[in-house]
Amino acid sequence: MSAGDRNSVCEALRLRSGHVLEQLHGNAGFTALPILHYELPSVPAQGGGSHVLKGSPLPHWLQLMVDSLPALLLAGLTFTVPLTLLSFTLGLLLGLVTAIVRLFAPAPLVAIARLYVWVIRGTPLLVQLFVIFYGLPSLGILLDAFPAALIGFTLNIGAYSSEIIRAVISSVPRGQWEAAYSIGMSWPQAMRRTILPQAGRVAVPPLSNTFISLVKDTSLAAAITVPELFQTAQRIVATTYEPLILYIEAALIYLAMSSVLSVLQVKLESRFARYGGFLEARA
Amino acid sequence: MIELSHIVKRFGTHTVLNDISVTLAEGTVSALVGPSGGGKSTLLRCVNLLEIPTSGTIRLGDERLEFTPDRKVGWQAIQKLRRQTGMVFQNFQLFPHQTAIGNVMEGLVTVLKWPAARARARALELLEKVGMAHKAEAWPATLSGGQQQRVAIARALAPSPRVLLCDEPTSALDPELAEEVVEVLSRLAREGTTMIMATHDLRLASRVADHVIFLDGGVVVESGPPKTIFSTPERERTKRFIASLSAPMSYEI
Repeated sequence: MSAGDRNSVCEALRLRSGHVLEQLHGNAGFTALPILHYELPSVPAQGGGSHVLKGSPLPHWLQLMVDSLPALLLAGLTFTVPLTLLSFTLGLLLGLVTAIVRLFAPAPLVAIARLYVWVIRGTPLLVQLFVIFYGLPSLGILLDAFPAALIGFTLNIGAYSSEIIRAVISSVPRGQWEAAYSIGMSWPQAMRRTILPQAGRVAVPPLSNTFISLVKDTSLAAAITVPELFQTAQRIVATTYEPLILYIEAALIYLAMSSVLSVLQVKLESRFARYGGFLEARA
Repeated sequence: MIELSHIVKRFGTHTVLNDISVTLAEGTVSALVGPSGGGKSTLLRCVNLLEIPTSGTIRLGDERLEFTPDRKVGWQAIQKLRRQTGMVFQNFQLFPHQTAIGNVMEGLVTVLKWPAARARARALELLEKVGMAHKAEAWPATLSGGQQQRVAIARALAPSPRVLLCDEPTSALDPELAEEVVEVLSRLAREGTTMIMATHDLRLASRVADHVIFLDGGVVVESGPPKTIFSTPERERTKRFIASLSAPMSYEI
């Protein structure tokens, strides 16, 4: 590591730890948040938390919600949604690999997979994010906030979903493997064509749980400076001093996103249900 | 020619098959009968290598595979032998997420890489043969046991295997539904399909088989034409087993 590198790492560390301190202090009074001054487009800050707009037909709280909505939605669309979709997709792949390793791989690989699941499930997600974003620079690994969050959430989804995937793969009766082999399929063909489609159906409800949790958990990325939905709400609160209104608004947006996913879950389940009570078909 | 020589299968210290040698001519139907745990199912599953014999030799047409306890058989060799067989299971084991015709097409499309249209035509032909063409688009869960088993027979026959293996094909069915399946299997037998079946069903064995092999304790106790084995068995063990079968002696149908 060159001196220049070390300097930049030190600088990053200083910046990041400074940020943590501010964040910790900031939580006490919403005033010292480490943010740039955030101006709402149409609400001139008047201090003291009062933003009465002259001539506005809407009550103050609703006007504030309407005014902050574009900023929150934009943050949701540009950070929360991509972070959720990317880390869920990558996490599912990681979970699938981990589950297959735990079910079918030789003992040393199984041990590695178990260690991974044990560590990730046994430590708080927020702590993991801090280790990746604030901790790794000490080792010379300096990640931007978004990739750091993406890695943290992917590792997390990978560990949790691997347990679900492992369970649903083992829930497919042995006879289905044998039927697949008996018509000449190889292991990968049997897995892809016969086992996973059946396991997938059983996995929809538990994986939906994981997905919906993830949507809400992405708000933790605010703590490592990702300007996602919740952090944007925090920033607006810092200038408007309206925590109740803004945080309820943020909560409602999360609720809306989760609701969309619940609807998708129902759709997916009914699509899988078209082949009927397949438990009887296995009897 | 299907030749099993000196087949031994052990699970741990338990010997399930103890030096079994049988030779079956192509175009004939052989029934493996005997008490549960006697090894008939294991022997059948050794033919398509769902169980790998501990030692012995299997010859299927031109393929010959030798097993020894200290050497693992390669995947390629297993596939080569297995692809000459088709199997029908006691519990049908249709793929529940595919329609009847989808089940029959699966091996052709996924394994043999046939174009879908050609596979569909072949599948429909086979469903016709087992009397299930009218249910081609049905999900397995909506079919009766007998119907499911007939679809399963069509699925097993799709890649034109050299031998059809049937593991208790009628045991999960009531007598009426079993009759549908016996009907289909005896028609296949008349057409010259080579079959080996493990069964308790005397009706099936007596109507379909040319050759009966009585297995107990992992060895062949007695073998011969069904009439001889079922009506005038030589060995005491065979007599006791045949007498214990509650089904009427319906050999002379």
